[in-house]
Amino acid sequence: MTGKTCETLSKDGLTRTVRHFFGMNLGAAALVAILAQMAPLAAQETDDALAGGDADRGAELFQECSGCHQIGPGATNRIGPHLNEIFDRQAGSIPGFAYSKSMQRMGDDGLVWAYRNLDAYLENPRALVSRTRMSYRGMADATDRSDVLAFLRAYSAKPSDIPESPPTASDAGHDLDPAILALDGDPEYGEYLSGECITCHSPQGADTGIPSITLWPEDDFVIALHAYKEQLRPHPAMQMVAARLSNEEIAALAAYFASLTPD
Amino acid sequence: MTLTRRHFIGTTAAVAGTLAAPMLGAQTRPRAVVIGGGAGGATAARYIAKDSGGAIDVTLIEPSRSYYTCFFSNLYLGGFRSIDSLAHSYGKLAADNDINVVHDWATGIDRDARTVALAGGGSIPYDRLIIAPGIGFIDDAVPGWSVAAQNAMPHAYKGGSQTEILKARIAAMPEGGTFVMVAPPNPYRCPPGPYERVSMIAHYLREANPTAKIVVADPKEKFSKMALFQEGWNDLYPGMVDWIGSDFGGGNVEVRPDSMEVLIDGEVVKADACNVIPAMKAGQIAHAAALTEGNWAPVVPATMQSRMDENIHILGDAAAQGDMPKSGFAANSQAKVAAMAVRGALTGSRVFPAKFSNTCWSLIDTDNGVKVGASYIATDEKIASVDSFISQTGEAGDLRAATYRESLGWYDAITADMFG
Repeated sequence: MTGKTCETLSKDGLTRTVRHFFGMNLGAAALVAILAQMAPLAAQETDDALAGGDADRGAELFQECSGCHQIGPGATNRIGPHLNEIFDRQAGSIPGFAYSKSMQRMGDDGLVWAYRNLDAYLENPRALVSRTRMSYRGMADATDRSDVLAFLRAYSAKPSDIPESPPTASDAGHDLDPAILALDGDPEYGEYLSGECITCHSPQGADTGIPSITLWPEDDFVIALHAYKEQLRPHPAMQMVAARLSNEEIAALAAYFASLTPD
Repeated sequence: MTLTRRHFIGTTAAVAGTLAAPMLGAQTRPRAVVIGGGAGGATAARYIAKDSGGAIDVTLIEPSRSYYTCFFSNLYLGGFRSIDSLAHSYGKLAADNDINVVHDWATGIDRDARTVALAGGGSIPYDRLIIAPGIGFIDDAVPGWSVAAQNAMPHAYKGGSQTEILKARIAAMPEGGTFVMVAPPNPYRCPPGPYERVSMIAHYLREANPTAKIVVADPKEKFSKMALFQEGWNDLYPGMVDWIGSDFGGGNVEVRPDSMEVLIDGEVVKADACNVIPAMKAGQIAHAAALTEGNWAPVVPATMQSRMDENIHILGDAAAQGDMPKSGFAANSQAKVAAMAVRGALTGSRVFPAKFSNTCWSLIDTDNGVKVGASYIATDEKIASVDSFISQTGEAGDLRAATYRESLGWYDAITADMFG
């Protein structure tokens, strides 16, 4: 994971955007270049659009694409490459298909197709891949794109079968509030939220490979979770958990764990 | 009156025939009944009882007196765990949380009368029912295999005796013998499970029978953590594992348990030990109660309620919920959401937005653990994945060792979360 690269480039809260946007290995220079091109993409708008794509409507919209692209059982390369397993596919990587040099370079630089970059590519192909051979002017409407992507997503690996495959929806984290430590945590909400924690962290405070989080001072707890949320602390599972906790939720958890009485 | 009932049922025996009678007309508390005492059911029973502070009368129906976790059973095959370390009883769950644990089979559900019929006779009424029955196998999914053949060719995909049989069969392989696994098609319980199992068997054979071979016939082209497992097999068990994917006929399999032969794409392979993991479906009670659509039972994501019956919640492997894999971690996560929804419905307690998560650890070799995880939200349509992570190939040994230690901590924590 390119965690460090992301950190240095995205002090503005775009860290998660970047994580989704790129594959694993994109170099810093390419990242800067693409970020510059992607700047007009409003992250929140994209998130909302992706969360509720209508695959049936997407199938109808795909008629516009099907002159060149096939998808589904038995799909083969035509004018454009087939789109089965397009999610998580390295750009320009189907053997034998004559990609543009631009597309091959993107693949070599580490571009792996995922929601965000497919959305950007659909919106304006040349913004992402300058000299792509895909002669399509772009799909302006975010809802249309989201529906098409929901349709395409159904022909790539299912997260239920392969849990590491790309997400099918978005749940963006919330911005950091400077007044965070002043929040009163709601321990009852914290108790519910703690269900996600104690599947791994023993509420009794045992440490058998996973550290104790019981009876921490509330401030320390809050600071630690925010450090995971900002990916300053490195553990991927904790980064994922913290990423979608709001300030209020972190405060609630801190209040709950501080109040526990170990057996 | 409730005292009488609690004494009456106790925590062990299922004297079910007389069970229903004393409750009629005597109910003062709303009743939640849970079918299945695994990662979903035991967690749900415990959370409903614990968090309602006794306001809800909770019954758990589970035939086994000792529950053997399917998770970590591969570590037993690899020699990292004893079988006893995977066993858990229900006594503490029952005693600490005042849960009526009934050791019997639920054979049917009368959804109109809201009662559960028991194999031992009688029935148990409910206001809310949670079913977490795990998996069953699809008949004739692997030609030549049936439950009658499960001693010769164990599935070892439900915890306990099947796992022990498989270990014994592998230990009895002749020098240089062949172990064959028939891997399952999607969707199935524990996506990385068959491949962790291959790793653990390879680990065992590397010491005990180093010229032995492992053949995997797989109906899939790819599987979870594929790059991580294949890296491990190449580096740590070179030449031992032959994985045959669907491109090479791995999905075209027939088995002959009598002669211990496996036909893979028409070619006969003589197996000295064979593990057949057939295609799966929801546990029987979900089908019996007409809660399924195809092989699985569809649910409303925000509450895990059945799409067929709002008084029934379905957890874990049996549920068709969307993007979550079928895993113990996932069932435990879903159980907490369902428990909150049940409490909200029966006692009016606060209901917060559903959140789900999952992490699956796998062991490849000694101190060489990897993991994959994802987080999820409930949309109207399905439980949808919103983020994921996975261990990387080429990681340092220290990180892999720490990941393995993490999995040990997780095992202790989740089993405590299930059984108290």
